[in-house]
Amino acid sequence: MIEPALASRLQFALTTIVHIIFPVMSMGLAPFLVYFTWKDIRTGKPVYEQLRRFWTKIFAVSFVVGTVTGIVLEFEFGTNFAAFSTAAGELFGGPLAVEGMMAFMLEATFLGVFVFGRKRVGDVLYMISAVAVGLGTWLSAVWILVANSWMQTPRGYELVVEDGQTIVSLVDPIAAYANPRFPWMFVHMQNAAVLSVALFMAGVAAYHLFRHYHWEYPVDHPEFWETTLKVAIVVMLLTAPFQVLHGDAYARHVAETQPQKFAAMEAVWETDSYVPEYIFAVPTDLDDLLNPRAKEIFGIGIPGGASWLVSGGDPSAEITGLNEFETQAPPVAIVFWSFRMMVALGFWFVLLAFWAGYRWWRGQLREDDLLHKSLMASSLLGIFAVELGWIVTEVGRQPWVIQGVMKTADGVSPGLTGFEATLTLVGFGVVYLGLLSLYTYVVARIVRAGPPAIDERSVDDASDRPASSSQAAAAGGEDD
Amino acid sequence: MTDSLAAAAGLGPAIVDPVVALQAGWLADGPLFGLPLTELWFALVFFILGTFLFLDGFDFGVGVLFATRDSPSDREQLLAAIGPFWDGNEVWLVVFGGALFAAFPAVYATLFSRHYLLMFAILGALIVRGLAPEMYEQRHDDAWQRWWGRAFVVGSTAAPLFLGIFAANWLLGATALVSIPSVVVGVALVALSTTGGAAFLGLKTRGRVQRETTAYGPRALFAYLALVVVAVAYLLATRPDLRGTLIAPATLALLVASVGLGAAYVVAMRRESYVGALVATAGLTYGLVALIASVLYPVIDPVTGLTVADAIVSTIPLNLMSVGAALLLPLVFAYFVVLYSAFWGPVEEGEGYAGE
Ligand code: HDD
Ligand code: HEM
Ligand code: HEM
Repeated sequence: MIEPALASRLQFALTTIVHIIFPVMSMGLAPFLVYFTWKDIRTGKPVYEQLRRFWTKIFAVSFVVGTVTGIVLEFEFGTNFAAFSTAAGELFGGPLAVEGMMAFMLEATFLGVFVFGRKRVGDVLYMISAVAVGLGTWLSAVWILVANSWMQTPRGYELVVEDGQTIVSLVDPIAAYANPRFPWMFVHMQNAAVLSVALFMAGVAAYHLFRHYHWEYPVDHPEFWETTLKVAIVVMLLTAPFQVLHGDAYARHVAETQPQKFAAMEAVWETDSYVPEYIFAVPTDLDDLLNPRAKEIFGIGIPGGASWLVSGGDPSAEITGLNEFETQAPPVAIVFWSFRMMVALGFWFVLLAFWAGYRWWRGQLREDDLLHKSLMASSLLGIFAVELGWIVTEVGRQPWVIQGVMKTADGVSPGLTGFEATLTLVGFGVVYLGLLSLYTYVVARIVRAGPPAIDERSVDDASDRPASSSQAAAAGGEDD
Repeated sequence: MTDSLAAAAGLGPAIVDPVVALQAGWLADGPLFGLPLTELWFALVFFILGTFLFLDGFDFGVGVLFATRDSPSDREQLLAAIGPFWDGNEVWLVVFGGALFAAFPAVYATLFSRHYLLMFAILGALIVRGLAPEMYEQRHDDAWQRWWGRAFVVGSTAAPLFLGIFAANWLLGATALVSIPSVVVGVALVALSTTGGAAFLGLKTRGRVQRETTAYGPRALFAYLALVVVAVAYLLATRPDLRGTLIAPATLALLVASVGLGAAYVVAMRRESYVGALVATAGLTYGLVALIASVLYPVIDPVTGLTVADAIVSTIPLNLMSVGAALLLPLVFAYFVVLYSAFWGPVEEGEGYAGE
């Protein structure tokens, strides 16, 4: 039997790590779908109808799996972290309730219209439903991140003792909900979602183009995939550099507000100045891999880089080491390596975006097979970087569940037994693995099948719009 | 482990300064407009639960009736009937959890953690039910569709069953996973869902499918009423402490009203007035929930004896949430009006579950 506190943490980790994949897909796809729908309605060009319908299929599957995994998370606060929920319910329950009413309702009802209703509603309502669905996904992020950012930088509360129980009572809603972490988190998260989807789109498009032009295994609509790739490259060029620039400033904010987390991200145990920032880090022996210390790592380090980073320009700035804090350090290795991998991926995405953009500019988008292979290999790395970022955020906050206010171990449901917790942990291990495989299988099938053939007018109405497949071939190529 | 919360003031890093100037002003001066917000939230939480059980109930019912359909085209019609709706309907459960958490955090926490395994059983059933229709449409071979069809039926049956058990456990303050009365209530909820499902299919299908599925409605209704009588009789016999509340005028009125609504349902189904039948089902569902709420009140968690007044959040979050709900719930109803009017009328030719 695993101890209830540990089992609950593992279960929460497992279930959120799986859940976040689907919101990333739907939040990231939302702006693309709004754009495709708009272009489809405005221009009537078949390629936009194909783009809209193809990516809507993936959106719909992601949404369903996101829903079923999300409800589990909401319930887990009550089932596994009852002491936390009781103590912090005043601050934490509100955002979740508002998220349900404001965001999920908007998204779930208009998704019905968006996925099933092309035939039933007019262009205007259809366009509105595309926007409403997209807005719904983004508002979900607002409210869940309000709740999470408050746990990182708690504000606007007071500790009150009620019947011998300490309660975190909300006294200043504005300070609590507009807490310092929230804007950072929201911008970084949403940009990451859009970037991740752009990478996924680019990878999928590259796969089809590669098959078509290199394997000479003709796919049905090469022009469709070329348009997809171009749209993805534009978005990558905008989001990848921004993510890195923003992440750099974000790290400084974390250093100010959660110095212990920052020390773990940099593996600084003893307070020091002139701390280098390791871009590539290799441990000198296996011990340092599991228990890294900045001093015992070989790597390409920018001298004084970490100090420079925290202070915003002073390489001699002091970084408080983990040993200075009264509380136990978070698992440093996990935080340190996750952070390094996220940053490395961030730079890789910038490189990839410029490389692809350059090829397009030179008119060589079809020829460069190394680019196609790199895009294919990177198609899931955006989502992987999101996972790493969340691991830094959440594991780095340990041992606190609410930074500086409540420890994770005190938040676990008091009545929970090791047997129950282990049983559901194992159960979720099995069910979520199944879910992931199923999702991967279904998305892979949709991807392999490619866009719907538009001339089958029986499946789609749009009879008011003239469209034929010859036009599709003509229009698709030079359009983006 | 020491209580970190109690020690927090001394332990936390200096940057966390908990005492922020009180800006909440008017939010802090007692309940808004002097309204009885505690009672209103108690009612609202149960209203949301009832809305979920009614709306998603007919989706569950369609899933139960799916078991009676063999031909692929019939099955397709049933899935297409709930396709655009079920997700929005299910969000009421999320909102129920959120509202309970926001208004009565201690109840949310103790109730959900006490019924730990049951909560995960509900979640498991909802996962299966939610996935099944989407997966069913992904491939068109027999074996795949047979399995996902079964999964759909199992998930749609298990979800109301477990939800009923949960509701009964809550009401009775039961700590065991299952008991005789809770299982009776669970099965009753499956029957009630089927009642709603049959009425809904009356609206959404035509011809043979409509004739055959609606025929199950009155039968399910009788089963529901009989099971409620069994549950109440069982409780009268075994729980003397509940006799007072069960024989109270309000309870009796609700039981009589249920019989009346049941009769209205049967008449409406006979006359093929399916909207009327759905309204009657809604009445039955809200009636059941009202019964549970009125037996509970003023206690909200019988095991700990917590009353609504003990469990309610403090004034500022309560006022804030009330403003939020007052602004948002009308909007939510507007979304549902848009959705249901866009898909009014029977499933059309070629309108598969996959939409386009
Ligand atoms: C495509 C994904 C992606 C990429 C390329 C990056 N990030 Fe990131 N990062 C995330 C996706 C992400 C995230 C998953 O979205 C997180 C988790 C919580 C959050 O707000 O964003 C995150 C968290 C996160 C945190 C922790 C914040 C906290 O504790 O609250 C820091 C300091 C950074 N990031 C910094 C960076 C830097 C310096 C990057 C590149 C040079 C970078 N990120 C690239
Ligand atoms: C979806 C992206 C997220 C991921 C991948 C994620 C990941 C994790 C992980 C790995 C842990 C375990 C940390 C540990 O115990 O060492 C954890 C804990 C937790 N997270 Fe998150 N998290 C996410 C978002 C959120 C959000 C949005 C909230 C709040 C609204 C939240 C609240 C919590 C709570 C309450 C715990 C349990 C207590 C704890 O272990 O600290 N998480 N999460
Ligand atoms: C760990 C805390 C989290 C909880 C408790 C949670 C809760 C939920 C719930 C209950 C749903 C289902 C809603 C429905 O029925 O439609 C859901 C879906 C969703 N969640 Fe989460 N969530 C968490 C983390 C996150 C994070 C970090 C994000 C993004 C920033 C996010 C974004 C979404 C979105 C966009 C959906 C809609 C479904 C989809 O598009 O996949 N969630 N979540």
